[in-house]
Amino acid sequence: MNILRISPSPHVKDSMTTQRVMLCVILALVPSVISAGYYFGFRAIMLIAFCILSCVLLEGVTRIIMKREQTIGDMSAVLTGLLLALNLPVTLPFWQALIGCFVAIVVVKQLFGGLGQNFANPAIVGRIVLMLSFTSNMTTWALPKYYNTLKDSDTFVTIGSSKILTGATPLVTGDASYKDLFLGNVGGCIGETCALALLIGGVYLIIRGIISPVTPVAFIGTVALLDLIAGNDVIYNMLAGGLFLGAFFMATDYVTTPITNKGKLIFGIGCGLITFIIRQFGSYPEGVSFSILLMNIVTPYIDRFTMTKPFGAKKEVKQK
Amino acid sequence: MKRLNGVRLSHRKGTAASHTVRIPLPEQVTIPMLMNMGAPCTPLVKAGDTVSVGQKIGDTDAFMSVPVHSSVSGTVKAAADIKLANGNTCKAVTIETDGNQTVSEELKPPVVHSKEEFIKAIRESGITGLGGAGFPTHIKLNPKTPVDTLIINAAECEPYITSDHRQMLEDPDSIIDGIQTVMKYLKIESAIIGIENNKPDAISLLTQKTSSFPEITVKALPASYPQGAEKVLIYNTVGRIVMEGQLPSDTGAVVLNVSTAAQISHYMKTGMPITERRITVDGDIVAKPCNVFAPIGTAFSEVLAYAQCDTEKLKKLIAGGPMMGACAFDLTTPVVKGTNAILAFEKYSEPTVTNCIRCGRCIKACPFKLMPTEMEKAYQKRDVETLKALKVTLCMNCGCCTYVCPAGRKLAETNQLAKALIPRN
Repeated sequence: MNILRISPSPHVKDSMTTQRVMLCVILALVPSVISAGYYFGFRAIMLIAFCILSCVLLEGVTRIIMKREQTIGDMSAVLTGLLLALNLPVTLPFWQALIGCFVAIVVVKQLFGGLGQNFANPAIVGRIVLMLSFTSNMTTWALPKYYNTLKDSDTFVTIGSSKILTGATPLVTGDASYKDLFLGNVGGCIGETCALALLIGGVYLIIRGIISPVTPVAFIGTVALLDLIAGNDVIYNMLAGGLFLGAFFMATDYVTTPITNKGKLIFGIGCGLITFIIRQFGSYPEGVSFSILLMNIVTPYIDRFTMTKPFGAKKEVKQK
Repeated sequence: MKRLNGVRLSHRKGTAASHTVRIPLPEQVTIPMLMNMGAPCTPLVKAGDTVSVGQKIGDTDAFMSVPVHSSVSGTVKAAADIKLANGNTCKAVTIETDGNQTVSEELKPPVVHSKEEFIKAIRESGITGLGGAGFPTHIKLNPKTPVDTLIINAAECEPYITSDHRQMLEDPDSIIDGIQTVMKYLKIESAIIGIENNKPDAISLLTQKTSSFPEITVKALPASYPQGAEKVLIYNTVGRIVMEGQLPSDTGAVVLNVSTAAQISHYMKTGMPITERRITVDGDIVAKPCNVFAPIGTAFSEVLAYAQCDTEKLKKLIAGGPMMGACAFDLTTPVVKGTNAILAFEKYSEPTVTNCIRCGRCIKACPFKLMPTEMEKAYQKRDVETLKALKVTLCMNCGCCTYVCPAGRKLAETNQLAKALIPRN
């Protein structure tokens, strides 16, 4: 006769775990990894592998130093590394990428208590710190291998033994074709250029119920609407830059965005608004990262004002 | 009309086709004096007394209680304290059976002319809600506000359990008679039988049986947990919302479990109080999953032995369903009035608890749109004001939040602990 196990109900559990959520998102990013390798070559894959490995190692070591239980098994560090890498230009030196990983995992995530406790998206902050520290490296956009409209402004940079053709982001040049933008045959961060790959991943996550469609629709919709009002090329601005990557994969991070659908709507609209303002009036060509970070910061306030109204709950009578 | 959320569970109703069989009479039964929500009874018998089937062996003057009857004929061995599955201690009468099952001579069908006499008779019958919670039925049938609708809860939304389903298939006439009896004495105009659509045979049988009674309708409900929760069922059958602090009867509805309705009919016709009940026996180590009739007070081990359960492998024993049932810590745990299922498992899930990732699944799963993750944070801070604002008292412990949490957090459990912090007014 064994000793019987006593626990409060329920005694069953569905199969979803944190690890599985992370694996789903990683799977959803596989098309973008493929497009990164296709357009930017072997070094893009190397950069992705380097960032993932760095993030996992940094998380593992940090947990050991902090004498906390090991958490690399939940795959969130893999995801952070992957997202950060997809937000980098292919030409970025590895040691600079490592700094980005350090900021993301150690400073933003672990120092705040690990997964679930960070107030800002680690990959976004990692990217922003790199952006501000190594501005020229972070804005040197390698042109894809199949890029065939060479312009006078395009230059070569030398990395190791190979020369890589670089040019400005299509957000600045404004002359890429819709087809190139959609398929990713333009300069940019390795994971942001192929809208098709991001769309496949995003739709997969929505169908699997991992992310809510509210945030990406509100985010992209707001940018599109404001571009329409401002008389910009709506489709061009939607496809160029990091909007899809941000809207589907960064603005939908559970930890740092509002928890209810109403909150997600406000968050998405806020992101869209800030992105538009930075793109339209700011000195940076791209504003997606900053918009998500700024909205991350106000997330606790959004949460406070978008609490659900429970079924059958009486209205609170304000007591003075 | 809004759709109340919940979770989709695999039904695992493998015993749905198993005709209920009476298990061999056990050598002894241990009948707890507390089998209902409310106050316990005091034993009316002492060691050495001879008792017969249906004889009253426990009663009390407390309002929220019903008498206890012997389920067997035989000799009282002891009236001692036992620990119940929910952790409460109460007196229990142990009776050694004589095998004759002599029926008490005092039993006769109650003579009822008015609502008051009906309520009194129901109390004497010892009937409590047979769905599991054990709310005294005579109190439920005596609301302070006028009632116009009787809702029969035949949702049976918990996985595994098929005892109500078998009740409907094996004895639908008692259900209908019970409904009509309640409608007659409580002057209720209409009744709705709510059945989850995973029981099409029960739906068609009861639809056919009630076809000549326009006042009774059968409503097929989506098979989504917790369809059978009282407030959820009221909303999904008649569209009424039981507000915070209200009783279901405040909306004009009374909800009875389907087996309870049949039991009322049974008692009114024979005068036999509740002495046995239908139980689903299932689980991964039960070789012969089935439905059985067992006398109240039968040890779980006897029921499991009948279903050929290999108790050597037993790791987790549940009285009731896997979502809301209580763990039994001992094979001698007795069958009580609310025991609708006994589930025996060797394998069970025990997820490791990790940090909340704020995925919001618990909020989406909650039928009442509560925010379990926020309540957990407030509970950890012992923040009573926030817990009140989050309406933690509305939680019915259905377990959907814990079920879906990817971080394996015990949200439903925390809600119950948090409720205890809220002062009652």
